Amino acid sequence: MTTLTVGTGSANAALLGVGAYRPSALVPNDDLVEAIDSSDEWIQQRSGIRTRRFAGPEETVVSMSVAAAREALEHAGIAATQVDAVVVATVSHLVQTPSAATAIAHALGADHPAAFDISAACAGFCHGIALANDMVRGGSARHVLVIGVEKLSDITDPTDRGTAFIFADGAGAVVVGQSGHPGIGPVVWGSDGEHYDHIRTPDLRDLVAAGDLRLPCLSMKGSEVFRWASYAMAKVAQQAVDRAGITVDDLDCFIPHQANNRITDAMARAIRLPASVRIARDIVDAGNTSAASVPLALHRMIEDGDARSGDIALLIAFGAGLSYAAQVVTVP
Amino acid sequence: MSTEEIRAALAEIVNEVAGIPAENVQLDKSFADDLDVDSLSMVEVVVEAEEKFGVTIPDDEVKNLKTVGDAVAYIERNAS
Repeated sequence: MTTLTVGTGSANAALLGVGAYRPSALVPNDDLVEAIDSSDEWIQQRSGIRTRRFAGPEETVVSMSVAAAREALEHAGIAATQVDAVVVATVSHLVQTPSAATAIAHALGADHPAAFDISAACAGFCHGIALANDMVRGGSARHVLVIGVEKLSDITDPTDRGTAFIFADGAGAVVVGQSGHPGIGPVVWGSDGEHYDHIRTPDLRDLVAAGDLRLPCLSMKGSEVFRWASYAMAKVAQQAVDRAGITVDDLDCFIPHQANNRITDAMARAIRLPASVRIARDIVDAGNTSAASVPLALHRMIEDGDARSGDIALLIAFGAGLSYAAQVVTVP
Repeated sequence: MSTEEIRAALAEIVNEVAGIPAENVQLDKSFADDLDVDSLSMVEVVVEAEEKFGVTIPDDEVKNLKTVGDAVAYIERNAS
């Protein structure tokens, strides 16, 4: 019998570098309140958000990704030509096909890497880290660029009181590659399709049939999602810590998807996070950037000195699907 | 548990979640209008109450719990 040769990878993978792109236009709550008959105070109390950034016409899903990726590559000390795969998590690349990833890879000057998008909504970036970890360890790539990017302002209804003040734009990227130490713990991930409609965009065919030619906007059942995210996700966070063979006392940083500060608070309480653990609060002036929020928050914590190289960080992301993924990583 | 015991235990939860003085959490008070408990805090109250009283309070039921008395009555009917 003919025997196939199988790939062999590295025993360990780790995050090697992080990059971010924040759109230039800063949009304070006061700019949004009139359309939703609300107030700056209500939005802050409700979500923790003070300002967010909206991308302009020149700031596209591809251009923001390229900027974030360039910084991540530089931080990692890796040339674009050394990237074997580009994995892009997004829900706002408004082209059905081809993927944003192939355009991003080309713009970076990468050498014909595997390139594809993944659709796991706000949980997409942590799905990408899980894939990249397995790709490096399995031998199908040496360096993987994982990008979370959103231009949610394109698909947010400015008159929807449930979402208008929440969603925002930006891009974050990491390089995952071979490492001498285990830098990415086992992923805990899953989905709950029973709640497929909790966060979603409409079926485009329904919009067209109705003669509605606006872009398809996100809708969300806020209270239901809040409950699921705050409590069901706390259990997933705890499982990710357990599977990494550590306890919450070993954590230095907690970097949840920046959905809502009150979800972050409820999760931190539910997993009994020690007061010494530094918690990502990028949402305060970045809003909820879906797939981009975890790498943006990680980047901010590194910039602010709240996350140092070698620190142990718990990542968890959750959103439409419902879908979720969590893992413990070391900060590059 | 008596109605008063359930009310008192629920008042403690509302105090912990939303910082409302427990003595204000009386049966005739509306969570939203009198106690200023917003819908997200209400979710937290409900989840804590499920644990404390061993009941299940589905998402669809939460909107019917307008007053403290509504919540206490629901817990009395459904507690195991």
